Amino acid sequence: MQHKEEHNWTIESKASLFDLKLNEVWAYRDLLALLVRRDFVSFYKQTILGPLWFFIQPLFTTIIFTFIFGNLAGISTDGLPKPLFYMAGITAWNYFSDCLTKTSTVFRDNAGIFGKVYFPRLIMPLSIVVSNLVRFGVQMILFLLMMSYYYLNGASFHITSTILLFPLIVVLMALLGLGAGMIISAMTTKYRDLAFLVGFGVQLLMYTTTVIYPLSTALTKYPEYAWIIEYNPMTPILETFRYGFLGEGSFSWGSLGYAIGVTMGLLVFGIVIFNKVERTFVDTV
Amino acid sequence: MSKKISIRVENLSKAYQLGQIGTGTISRDLERWYAKVRGKEDPFLRIGEANDRSTKGDSDIVWSLKDINFEIEQGDAVGIIGRNGAGKSTLLKILSKVTAPTSGKISGRGRIASLLEVGTGFHPELSGRENIFLNGAILGMRKKEIQRKLEEIVDFAGIERYLDTPVKRYSSGMYVRLAFAVAAHLESEILIVDEVLAVGDAEFQKKCLGKMGEVSKGEGRTVLFVSHNMGSVKELCTKSILLTNGYISDYTNTSAVIQKYLKHNIKDSSIWISQQSTNDIALIKQVWITNNSIIANKLFTKKNNYLNIKLDIKDNIMFKTIGFEILTKEDISIFCSHDYDVASQHYTKGIYHLKIPVPENLRPGQYYVNVGTNDTDLSTIEYFQAVIDFEVLGSIEELKDLRPGLIYYPLNWSITKE
Repeated sequence: MQHKEEHNWTIESKASLFDLKLNEVWAYRDLLALLVRRDFVSFYKQTILGPLWFFIQPLFTTIIFTFIFGNLAGISTDGLPKPLFYMAGITAWNYFSDCLTKTSTVFRDNAGIFGKVYFPRLIMPLSIVVSNLVRFGVQMILFLLMMSYYYLNGASFHITSTILLFPLIVVLMALLGLGAGMIISAMTTKYRDLAFLVGFGVQLLMYTTTVIYPLSTALTKYPEYAWIIEYNPMTPILETFRYGFLGEGSFSWGSLGYAIGVTMGLLVFGIVIFNKVERTFVDTV
Repeated sequence: MSKKISIRVENLSKAYQLGQIGTGTISRDLERWYAKVRGKEDPFLRIGEANDRSTKGDSDIVWSLKDINFEIEQGDAVGIIGRNGAGKSTLLKILSKVTAPTSGKISGRGRIASLLEVGTGFHPELSGRENIFLNGAILGMRKKEIQRKLEEIVDFAGIERYLDTPVKRYSSGMYVRLAFAVAAHLESEILIVDEVLAVGDAEFQKKCLGKMGEVSKGEGRTVLFVSHNMGSVKELCTKSILLTNGYISDYTNTSAVIQKYLKHNIKDSSIWISQQSTNDIALIKQVWITNNSIIANKLFTKKNNYLNIKLDIKDNIMFKTIGFEILTKEDISIFCSHDYDVASQHYTKGIYHLKIPVPENLRPGQYYVNVGTNDTDLSTIEYFQAVIDFEVLGSIEELKDLRPGLIYYPLNWSITKE
């Protein structure tokens, strides 16, 4: 015999800013799983190469970066094999930027569903982050394969114990992308301009973090501007990632703590503003 | 024992901004914010006015709903009727939490299942089974709950053979059946349904109505039902709410409300324009009646009356035929006619104007028209009920002639004395 609980609910014009409805999100966890599954299955079904596409993009980007930034421009890679250095940056950066860009259009992309049925809207951006995790996982495999190739060929890198922070790094990237994405998504429902900004903004943002150059080089070459790079919360995350897997990079608990702080701040602000906009966005989108 | 209140709506209002949203709103937002800081009323909401779409107002804020108050008892099936734009859909959207009200409060008891559209979130690439789970979860069901009801859902939809086929291969009828089946099996205390029955064939519509009736009478669930089909409302709902320009103009037993609605609605319905926006299957654009080449809904003469339909064919592979039906205001079908009454038509992409003479032997009285289109396997593409009303005004002789019957059909009697 199933116990039927009495749900009493109210709908009001104003809701508390800090009513984040996280328990409701938990009640809809099955939907989250099904949406992730949908994304994955539909991705397979429409392509010939299927999951191979996950490999192609980072692989080609790495090759291009190696030629242009590594060889042509001659930017240092802290003594690491160039492809490995770029691949580490690209893999991590891609996950963050995918989370950010997909989350930032979540209201527009799902206006159809959102306009017809209620479920905790937070489920959608969460499903994006989890779906992208699958892609990130596949790209990590590529990165690990590359690492073992270079290891067998005797390249100079070593794994450090910081690698244990990997799960934390992944969660940080996801939440940072989610938080910033939700803020942008909430604002784009009214002011469309932001959508254009995100398009090239994310690309430019990549240059203000350490995807194509190590932090140490930036610090010596542009000591007066390096703060821009250091204040980018993705920088400590990327540096920790590289330090863990490849043994080079500027890792410090302080900067990682800073990244955690910024991430949490953006995330809470993102959820609050997202929940506020979510209530009436169908009228303005 | 007095009945429990299932939904209580208090002073509910919803304002919408007309025209362009997005230009100049930053300055307006700042102005609003400044007013709020000083503790004043929102300067843009104050100048709002009632939502009458046919008259041009001087404010670009309209109240889609204004100070709505009502209560619905548990187990009641309540119809919501009103003209296009009267606020029906807004009310349902607020009740289903899709959008928040501008002011006011709704309190209720029990889980809400709302069906504002069938098949929300269906993914064409996924199989029927996968979509049942996905759609069920979107509607708020847990996975094991869907699992338990899977057989029942499949059975109700009648799609067992196609369960593992991607839904993009489904006919539109099958698609709707599956989608409704999922929603109908949701365990909820309150069911909200918005005109979803306008699609699907007559047999399935009956089945859905039956299911909803069962839900409200048998299981004691509350049903809120929006429809333009007065027949369905009458069949399903004991009480009805009549919305006019965002106000409740009546809330009593269904037949009284329908009478009032039809009486007031006559003046407004001489031309019908499809609300379906950019849907790629949107075919029927406009329907109107002309009397001696003038748009009218009061037919003074019996001759020269035409029903006009504007069709926009975007995908001529899907589209096959169009037909209409004329009914009395008591919902009795007089007759039905299709374009294949003349000859089999071949349509190509483009806009068509169809002109059909209105039969001369309709008796004086009020009538309304349903129109619909079918695709190549005769499933419904679009079906609109009560798109327009018209009134046949008889001559004095005719009005004096009190013979019964639905149509006026003087016959050529051959009378010979033997």
